[in-house]
Amino acid sequence: MREINVSDITSNIKEMCIEAAHFLSGDMSRAFNAAVENESSELGKKVLSQLKDNLKIAGEEMIPICQDTGMAVVFMEIGQDLHFTGGNLEEAINEGVRQGYKEGYLRKSVVSDPIERINTKDNTPAVIHYNIVLGEKVKITVAPKGFGSENMSRIFMLKPADGIEGVKNAVLTAVRDAGPNACPPMVVGVGIGGTFEKCAILAKKALTRPVDMPSDIPYVKELECELLDRINSMGIGPGGLGGKITAMAINIETYATHIAGLPVAVNICCHVNRHAVREL
Amino acid sequence: MDKHINVPFSKEEAKKLKIGEYVYLSGTIYTARDAAHKRMDEALNNEEELPFNIEGNIIYYMGPSPAREGRPIGSAGPTTASRMDKYTPRLLDMGMIGMVGKGKRTDAVKDAVIRNGAVYFAAVGGAGALLSKAIISSEVIAYDDLGTEAIRKLEIKDFPVIVVMDSEGNDLYKAVTAGMQKRI
Repeated sequence: MREINVSDITSNIKEMCIEAAHFLSGDMSRAFNAAVENESSELGKKVLSQLKDNLKIAGEEMIPICQDTGMAVVFMEIGQDLHFTGGNLEEAINEGVRQGYKEGYLRKSVVSDPIERINTKDNTPAVIHYNIVLGEKVKITVAPKGFGSENMSRIFMLKPADGIEGVKNAVLTAVRDAGPNACPPMVVGVGIGGTFEKCAILAKKALTRPVDMPSDIPYVKELECELLDRINSMGIGPGGLGGKITAMAINIETYATHIAGLPVAVNICCHVNRHAVREL
Repeated sequence: MDKHINVPFSKEEAKKLKIGEYVYLSGTIYTARDAAHKRMDEALNNEEELPFNIEGNIIYYMGPSPAREGRPIGSAGPTTASRMDKYTPRLLDMGMIGMVGKGKRTDAVKDAVIRNGAVYFAAVGGAGALLSKAIISSEVIAYDDLGTEAIRKLEIKDFPVIVVMDSEGNDLYKAVTAGMQKRI
């Protein structure tokens, strides 16, 4: 059995929070450059050019790409033959977030209670999803989520009779309603199946899949292509100011579900779609 | 065509602005987002003064990231305006001339914009590093305990915005998706 000290988790999460707030991941960078090439509306091009300059300034001067540096969402895929030593894993993750948001000059956007709303002043706690897998490694994904786009996300509990057309309508409705609020050009994460909470997690997880890697399920891949075309014919465009690049990508994840149900979750993300991934 | 205007500005100035126009703002603006709006609304309910003179002024819906040493402010892009919609008509009726944010507004806000001859600008969402470069200075003037949500007085120079709702209530976001704005 392999051992890893939780202090290594803390230091990696700290670095990943800072990295994700200042630099696009490789896949998002390629998608963004393609958007710049393909947009044709005048205001749309102007918005993309501002966003391009913004990315350059962010990286060179270490100013966060967006002032909303998000609530830290952390996916932990933990090999079952790995043993954590040196303390509480969950505390170690939150300590990484705490240090990253402080040392990286990132905004503290978390309140301790949804009604009382007192800022925790260190951006903790993170939202953590654990998954036990085979092996003796841990794969960490840090995906800090801003709420301009999070607020525009939706869950639809469809009926089996609604079928794939129902799924398409759900996704297009969520994107249309999000419009300019979600800082387009956006990335759309979709979860289909499972239960109420499972499909929401699938949608979130879908956003962390490289945007240039389509689903390996043939009908899902086709659905991703069709929906991206239809989203980009809505005319919302960069910044919602008109154009053909409303979304840069749509990633769909599926899971088994109940005979009576067809849950669909649509997690909208902005053009930054922060995610940093490391395997230890 | 791009325009340059100084803030605060008059209703006559506001009337000249039309949706789709790209405008560079210079002068003084104030930041406020969710929590500050709630407090200002409570202050007005208690017949107290607002922390700054709203007449002719602009509120920027923004909560910055912390400034690094030697800089006036951190990343400083717009937040979604619709969360302030509940409080906005009252501020417009008190003479607020404009707002900078991003995203759609309610009909109640639109009606108040028309009623008062105001204007709603969008700054590019997600361009907080770039926009911070147009901010010369930043000073917390109220509600310091709210951290990033405190009210800040900003001096800005050539801060880039787009008119998304003009004083007649024309809405650029609706126009582009309705396919009516072919010139854009």
